[in-house]
Amino acid sequence: MEQYTGKSIYKSVAIGPVYFYSRGEQQVKRCKAEDSQAQLERYETARDRAVEELQQLYQKALKEVGEVNAAIFEVHAMMLEDEDYNDSVKNIIFSQQVNAEYAVAVTGDNFAQMFAEMDDEYFKARAADVKDISERVVGILSNKRAGSSIGREPVIVIAKDLAPSETVQMDKSRLLGFVTELGSSNSHTAILARTMNLPALIGVPVKEEWSGKLAIVDGYQGILYIDPDEETLEKMRKKQQEDRERSRLLQQLKGRLTVTPDGRKINLYANIGSVSDVAAVLENDAEGIGLFRSEFLYLEKDTYPTEEEQFQSYKLAAEMMAGKKVIIRTLDIGADKQVEYFHLGQEENPAMGYRAIRICLEEPEVFKTQLRAIFRASAYGEIAVMYPMITSVEEVRRIKAIVEEVKEELDARNIPYKNVEQGIMIETPAAAVISDMLAKEVDFFSIGTNDLSQYTMAIDRQNPRLDAFYDPHHPALLRLIRMVIDNGHAHGCWVGICGELGADLSLTKEFLQMGIDELSVAPGMVLQVREAVRKAE
Amino acid sequence: MGSFHYVIKDEIGIHARPAGMLAKMAKGFDSAVTITKGEKTVDASKLMAVMGLGVKKGDEIVISTDNTEDLEILKKFFEENL
Repeated sequence: MEQYTGKSIYKSVAIGPVYFYSRGEQQVKRCKAEDSQAQLERYETARDRAVEELQQLYQKALKEVGEVNAAIFEVHAMMLEDEDYNDSVKNIIFSQQVNAEYAVAVTGDNFAQMFAEMDDEYFKARAADVKDISERVVGILSNKRAGSSIGREPVIVIAKDLAPSETVQMDKSRLLGFVTELGSSNSHTAILARTMNLPALIGVPVKEEWSGKLAIVDGYQGILYIDPDEETLEKMRKKQQEDRERSRLLQQLKGRLTVTPDGRKINLYANIGSVSDVAAVLENDAEGIGLFRSEFLYLEKDTYPTEEEQFQSYKLAAEMMAGKKVIIRTLDIGADKQVEYFHLGQEENPAMGYRAIRICLEEPEVFKTQLRAIFRASAYGEIAVMYPMITSVEEVRRIKAIVEEVKEELDARNIPYKNVEQGIMIETPAAAVISDMLAKEVDFFSIGTNDLSQYTMAIDRQNPRLDAFYDPHHPALLRLIRMVIDNGHAHGCWVGICGELGADLSLTKEFLQMGIDELSVAPGMVLQVREAVRKAE
Repeated sequence: MGSFHYVIKDEIGIHARPAGMLAKMAKGFDSAVTITKGEKTVDASKLMAVMGLGVKKGDEIVISTDNTEDLEILKKFFEENL
């Protein structure tokens, strides 16, 4: 048994096999290889070994999961022995005089392409099988075994680092937990782990050789166990059981009001990163969506999402929430969230750079596309919109002018929309300090504590070395929050918190005393916060 | 050359598993086995090519081979598996 400590992101326990994720696993170099016969022999040796491995997997699966589920490995082995596949590899090796790795990668891509282009969902999905077997051979040839796909079993994903777009693309139903070496407790992957209630550790020196081994992520102690012994396994299973018991207790708070003991109602909303998270919002009984991070629509794609695509997502969320509030935050990319097709370029200091509303104001057409989709969707539920990274009254006025243009366009096209509440994120010290002025312009404030704390304390949230200097309860931050609430209330704005601090149970009481109107937290935290509000004396 | 027509009853069509079983069987035969769907004909021993046909439920295909004994075995295979 090996044991490593890291910083825990979410208090829960995961037990399962390790999937080691490494970036660029399909990067195969094309090299000139004049001795084609030697390359062919290399290929054949690697292929035979891959077939052997697949047959072993088949035997193992046969015992563990039965014939029907094991059959896939037998089919994979047969695919590798397919005549057309082998002819293609051989042909590429000889005709292009290239290395076996490249010939296999190209062949795999071509066959995958053939399946991907078929019009039936089942056959389309076979592209993944061809990729899988080709990666296995390439892995053997290049002595790197990172290429195995995430597979059908739920796994603990371990990686050097995970970019937000990479985490987004993972099949969430197969994720048990995350362990990464880089990244900090405020990174987007960490936020995602919290949203999905998955145990996650950061700052663990990860090793590729763990791939396939049994592991335990203990999110309570911040410990990763590789090849755990029976005693540890037993202890952790018990912990997992207790966890479930606690969730069950919390479930009893479902359907109860979020009121303070002195009878004040708090709006308890949830933060989501995509429409698929709405299920978790409903399951955890949130009273609305306080932060719909719309940038995930952009991160998942290779090009700008169309108005129609966005409209469908917003409409779906509005309809699923059935009249409960859905607050959509307009595009917040830049800084740690990069999207290639925006061509934002490298910046010395991206957190303070060209991002969020700044991009939207410079690229009004991109902004208007999103606003049109949001306003159109408003006809189907209770939608509000909020704007990120505001620093001045002027910006808000420019936004409002663009919103008026959008409304006029919709009027001209006879497209219905409702009155959409407009608010701003308070996440820069500038916005907090002039919140009295900003409050006259908008309907509500939502305090983004993650950015507000990094800008207030000048601490980079992506740098794990700074975690030691980071005081999440810094009095400067709490004073700013109090000021924003007071200023908002003085000018008729309601004020909420949608950052991580909103779910900090040790601060719930203080926020209530400050007069907070709304808390928006990760879906998995909703019931715990409700309990804290109901108990706050 | 003998042949027979067959309409696929399996919900997914000729999916990976029966395609694999068929390929294995066809490889064991002395004469070549072909499957025709519409205008495309492929060698039944080639798994990828058979899957590439994308044969779905309700599709009619023609299975051909020279050996009449093999043809009977193939008929039985399709009726039992597809």
